[in-house]
Amino acid sequence: MENMITLTIDGIKVQVEKGQTVLDAAKKANIRIPTLCFLEKINEIGACRMCVVETGARTLQAACVLEATEGMEVKTNTRRVRHARKTVLELILSNHDKKCLSCSRSQNCELQRLSLELEVGDENAFQGLRTEHAIDDVSPSVTRDNNKCIVCRRCVSTCYKNQAVGVIGPVGRGFETAIESAWGAHLNETACIGCGQCVAACPVGALREKEESPLVWKMLHDPTKHVVVQTAPAVRAALGEEFGLPMGTNVTGKMVAALRRLGFDQVFDTDFAADLTIMEEATELVSRIKGKGVLPMITSCSPGWINFCETFYPEFIPNLSSCKSPHEMMGAIVKSYYAEKAGIPLKNIMVVSVMPCTAKKIEAGREQLTAMGVPDVDAVITTRELARMIKSNGINFLTLKDEPYDNLLGDSTGAGTIFGATGGVMEAALRTAYETITGNTLEALDFHAVRGLDAVKEADIQLGDLTLRVAVTHGTANAKKLLDDIKAGKKQYDFIEVMGCKGGCVDGGGQPFVSAETRTHTDPRTTRAKALYQADVGMKKRKSHENPGIQRLYREFLGEPNSKKAHYLLHTHYAPQPKYKQSLEEKTLA
Amino acid sequence: MVDNKEKFAQLRKVIAEHKDEPGPLMPIMHAAQEIFGYLPMDVQIEIAESLGITLSEVYGVATFYSHFSLEPKGEHVISVCMGTACYVKGSQAVLDKLSDSLGIQPGGTTKDGKFTLLATRCLGACGLAPVLTVDEAVHGRVTPDEVPAILSIYED
Repeated sequence: MENMITLTIDGIKVQVEKGQTVLDAAKKANIRIPTLCFLEKINEIGACRMCVVETGARTLQAACVLEATEGMEVKTNTRRVRHARKTVLELILSNHDKKCLSCSRSQNCELQRLSLELEVGDENAFQGLRTEHAIDDVSPSVTRDNNKCIVCRRCVSTCYKNQAVGVIGPVGRGFETAIESAWGAHLNETACIGCGQCVAACPVGALREKEESPLVWKMLHDPTKHVVVQTAPAVRAALGEEFGLPMGTNVTGKMVAALRRLGFDQVFDTDFAADLTIMEEATELVSRIKGKGVLPMITSCSPGWINFCETFYPEFIPNLSSCKSPHEMMGAIVKSYYAEKAGIPLKNIMVVSVMPCTAKKIEAGREQLTAMGVPDVDAVITTRELARMIKSNGINFLTLKDEPYDNLLGDSTGAGTIFGATGGVMEAALRTAYETITGNTLEALDFHAVRGLDAVKEADIQLGDLTLRVAVTHGTANAKKLLDDIKAGKKQYDFIEVMGCKGGCVDGGGQPFVSAETRTHTDPRTTRAKALYQADVGMKKRKSHENPGIQRLYREFLGEPNSKKAHYLLHTHYAPQPKYKQSLEEKTLA
Repeated sequence: MVDNKEKFAQLRKVIAEHKDEPGPLMPIMHAAQEIFGYLPMDVQIEIAESLGITLSEVYGVATFYSHFSLEPKGEHVISVCMGTACYVKGSQAVLDKLSDSLGIQPGGTTKDGKFTLLATRCLGACGLAPVLTVDEAVHGRVTPDEVPAILSIYED
């Protein structure tokens, strides 16, 4: 037991490994120390002083960065500690825009929760100077309101460590310090990839998605519009949390029912389009392999990843699959196949995507995603925005009876469902590629080697005579390492799946908030993914090419995968993006 | 006047010298401030790209330390000491008078690029309070009435 440390916290003896913090030890002893700037493994900087404890030292110590030592006696709830924590909160509140009633984070704000728990009697205990900031809502994905920012830096650390993007940081000094982009640039003028992981990291209402729900309400209230909605795989695994259901509850049926009650004319499943993506992508992979095309081929479903690749690794653009992402494919099919079948003029059809993602909002505005001369997708709302729409419409979500998707573009398979988790696209593609290449039936459908949260998952998959070298990564910081290894010649692959966010879409930047504290014991990446893998096992069809709706679509409309028509509607192209987009004239030398 | 190409060549030389040392950012930024007189965006981008760090990091450091400037400084830099002794002896009034006469706020530069006005921390010449410096020249026991005379020295 050389590596073990014994200490006492509030009279309770606890043993931890050497190198662990007092906060770790307290957790082990089932003692809750409040935290605010702490985001496990991401932001451990002891800045906010919420977690201060008494150790016998002259000053209070921040438990999140204090290493536990042998024989240490820690007190977490003395009069002095309680007073310090409360004063810190009151000081934070003195420069916080306390518009809690209208704040989208009300009731899941970590600052609000702590203020109640630590019995801050008066949010205006300290009156004094306030810093004032303009709200930045120019980016199509993320809105920043620095009047609510508490400068905890959780967003900054996430942007650097998980995403390797780093377009925000502390600017200025002391009281004037603000989290901003260089030269006060709007986020869309920077190399921001729109992933929204900064939003997910924010404890307060300083970061949120750029809301498009007002636009969706307008469509729904316009009798001339035929509004079609689709829901991404990961949404069903998380939406229930907004209504108090345990994390990992699959609420597909209730979600569909709620969407009908909101007034959507057709409720389609992005899972259908995920199956369609697999048809196109698996075919593209096979033809790249047979025709000596550019390999490795890299998946293109995640718009955060696409932005990252175009901005930081444009040399890999030829490797990107030309397939549009699933919801864009759905949009193109709705505006062609469905419009024709339903006999509705194009100008009256609106496609709304409910996505776990904020980067999809940027993606929908790409000019190359307009197959029929109009945007494939007209509005993108996040899982959180949908929850707010359901609540504001007075729908009693929990008692809704399950309803199925509309059938034309609502069929799906287990393969489409698992798209929402890291490794899911790869697994779905392998199920179809195996049968396409070998002509045999795949018996063992679960590819466990590509599941889970390892930074890079590698496998050699035998498809008849062909050995397919595959890799799966998630979080653009991990993708960066993988791409660097490939560039250095250290790694060789044929097919790679990249998702912009860690864990994949289930923990995307548009998903219901999970507090930093909850994340220390329950990982939404595994818990929500489990719901998708369970759904997969329960499906009658688990391979994309067995989806009857997909078979009908090819029979009636598209012909073969990668046909001319399929290419026209379902494929796209990419272009390098400048890293520095801000107008440089005024800020540079002549 | 040294042209920009040459300044950038100097900057790249400095970067090459410091690149592989631990903590290369500060010495490089100091040198850049010397070479250019301020740290415009393209200079910061050059530094960020060559060190493999983000523009955001460079900009964060540039805005943290008052030594670094994001805007070109004037031909003459006037620094009014706002340390305790000078402040007690009325440096605020001197600063206000300069601000009025030049039509700029502290931290600003006149439109003609002639003067930059700064309020600084203690200059260490408390015996001469209130003190201001114009470039390297020290002016002590300044009163607001003397401001026009001081400025006239530098207005050719």
